[in-house]
Formats: sequence, structure tokens, C-alpha cells
Amino acid sequence: MDDTGRYEGMLAETIVLPGHRGELINAYFARPLGPGPFPAVILIHHMPGWDAWYREATRKFAHHGYLALSPNLYFRAGHGSPEDVAAKVRAAGGVPDDQVLGDVAGALSYLKALPLSSGKVGVFGTCSGGRHAFLAACRVPGFAAAVDCWGGRVVMTPAELTPNQPVAPIDYTADLSCPLLGIFGAEDQNPTPAHVARLEEELKRHGKRYEFHMYPDAGHGFFYYDRPNYRQAQAVDGWKKLFAFLAAHLA
Amino acid sequence: MCTMIVTRVGIEGTGKGPQGWFTLREANVSYDHPFEAPFEHALNIDFVNESLGPGARVAVELSVEAARTLVEAINAVLARAEAGGYLEPTASSQGPAGA
Repeated sequence: MDDTGRYEGMLAETIVLPGHRGELINAYFARPLGPGPFPAVILIHHMPGWDAWYREATRKFAHHGYLALSPNLYFRAGHGSPEDVAAKVRAAGGVPDDQVLGDVAGALSYLKALPLSSGKVGVFGTCSGGRHAFLAACRVPGFAAAVDCWGGRVVMTPAELTPNQPVAPIDYTADLSCPLLGIFGAEDQNPTPAHVARLEEELKRHGKRYEFHMYPDAGHGFFYYDRPNYRQAQAVDGWKKLFAFLAAHLA
Repeated sequence: MCTMIVTRVGIEGTGKGPQGWFTLREANVSYDHPFEAPFEHALNIDFVNESLGPGARVAVELSVEAARTLVEAINAVLARAEAGGYLEPTASSQGPAGA
């Protein structure tokens, strides 16, 4: 899509939208300039928070031609540095799944109502956001594609269930409503290759469309260029596969 | 992974954050992703006062070995202080007022 002779522009800003139960939350919205119509992607941030990496990823999706919207799932915890806010949420055992899904549903409604929108919306997330992306694709109607990057705890033992995460996402596989792309590292501790195999088995059992890529010599979060787990070659290939998948399903 | 392994305890003391000293009310101890330490998981301790907002936080992210060493060191120091008769009663150790 890059062309040195082509005009391009982007608008990226913080907005406010109705989330779970209509409660207002803020979100980071990046979009290409132009009349559209554009396909859209919701980015569900990871446990370390609504941070700079997610701002950059949101702009990356806009650069690739998507209306990109990243809701602040930690809005209700107050404001401060992303780390301080995320630490507060971590101490509370994370945000409740139902609240996340309500916020994602609000973001989906916001995008679909935009005159710039083509109406095709995907959902993307990494780490806990990957888990939430899978959950949203199962429980929030209206998505055309979902991308789960190394979402842990999709497969959960009964002992791992909490009041905030009362049901293992894998148990909703029958309700998955769109094609799923999974990007995983073979050295990840969660999801382990065995967890991924278990999810794949469940997807096959329910006849779901999916595409999984398990990268060797990669652990958890290998797209994060600012962390020791970054793996350059695997990350570059993963991003290529991700954008090819979205182009195929959101065009 | 996000382990969600966390314990919250009430504490008494003070901590020094970016804005200076503040009264500590809680310590949140987790074994989960650190923000900065170069490990996939770390033993994280956030000394906080939630009534003052998310920024009232003194954070440490420790390797497992460092965390165990720290626990041993704290207990050893407290044992020496107790043996020497130095331990002072605090408001929380004296129980409810009038008791």
C-alpha cells in the first residue's frame, strides 16, 4: 500500500464513547484522512495497560487503511501514568470480562455508525487483549474477523476462574462468529503449544474458520520491540500475516 | 501470560514517590508481567495509598531469587530487632482504641 507518490494523512486523537452500560470511557482513535469507506479494527490493549505501544499499534492499523479504535478498558480505575493505572487494575485481579465486552460492544457501535465506516470491523488484541479479542468474537455479534495474539488463559482450569473471569473463553467456541487468526510463540508459558492445540481442537470440533501460526524461538509478546522477548524476524512475519488476514476478511 | 496472581494487604508506613513522601495504606503483591524488569514474570510489589489515586505508588519488580532473598532479609532483621528488644508497638499492633 505504500507509494511514495501518493498523498496520505492520518488523524489520531483521544475521543469519548459509551462503553459498558452506556458509561462513558475514553479511547484512542486513529484513521486515514479521506472520505472512506474504510474497514475498521478495534484494538484491545494488554494487561500492562493502555500504553504507548497500543497508541503506536493503533496508528499502525490506520497507516494500513483502517479506522483503528483502542478503548481504554482501565478508564474506571482513574487516571495517571499507564503503568500506575495498570498496577491498580492488576491489584484488583484485572477488569471483569463482562465489562470489557460491554466496552468493546460500545466501540463496535461507535465505529459502525461512522459515515466513514465500510461496516466491516475486526477485533485485535495481545496478551490479555488476545484473550478478550477471542471472547469478543464469541460473545459480541458483528465482527468480521478476529486476531488473537498469544492470548493466555483462553484455556483455564476451574481453579483459575475468578469473579472477574468466571468462564474460560474456550467454552464459548461454539459461538465464535467470524474467522480467527491466532499468532503464538512456541516457547510461551501461557498459552503453551498444548493450550493452543486444545483451542484448535475445539475450533475444529465446531467447524470454525481459523488460521494459526506458531512461531519457533519466540515466547510471549514477541511483537513488543521494547521488551527482551522481541523477535524481529517472527514479528515482521507475524505483522504480514496479520494484515493479509484482515485484508482478506475486511475488504 | 497474565497470571492474575495477586494478594493485597493493608500496611502501615510511608513511601517516597515522584511527589515525595506519602502515607502507605496497602501493598499489592503479584507474580505477573512486570512493566520494566527484563523478565516475562516478576514478583511485583506496589506500595500504594489508593485513596490518593493511581500515582501514589512505589513499585518494585523483583526476580524470584531476589524476592526470596528479600523476604529472608526482612525476617532476619526483624528477628534481630526483636531479640534486642527494639520492636516498637504501632497503632495497628495495639488493636482498636480503648481495647
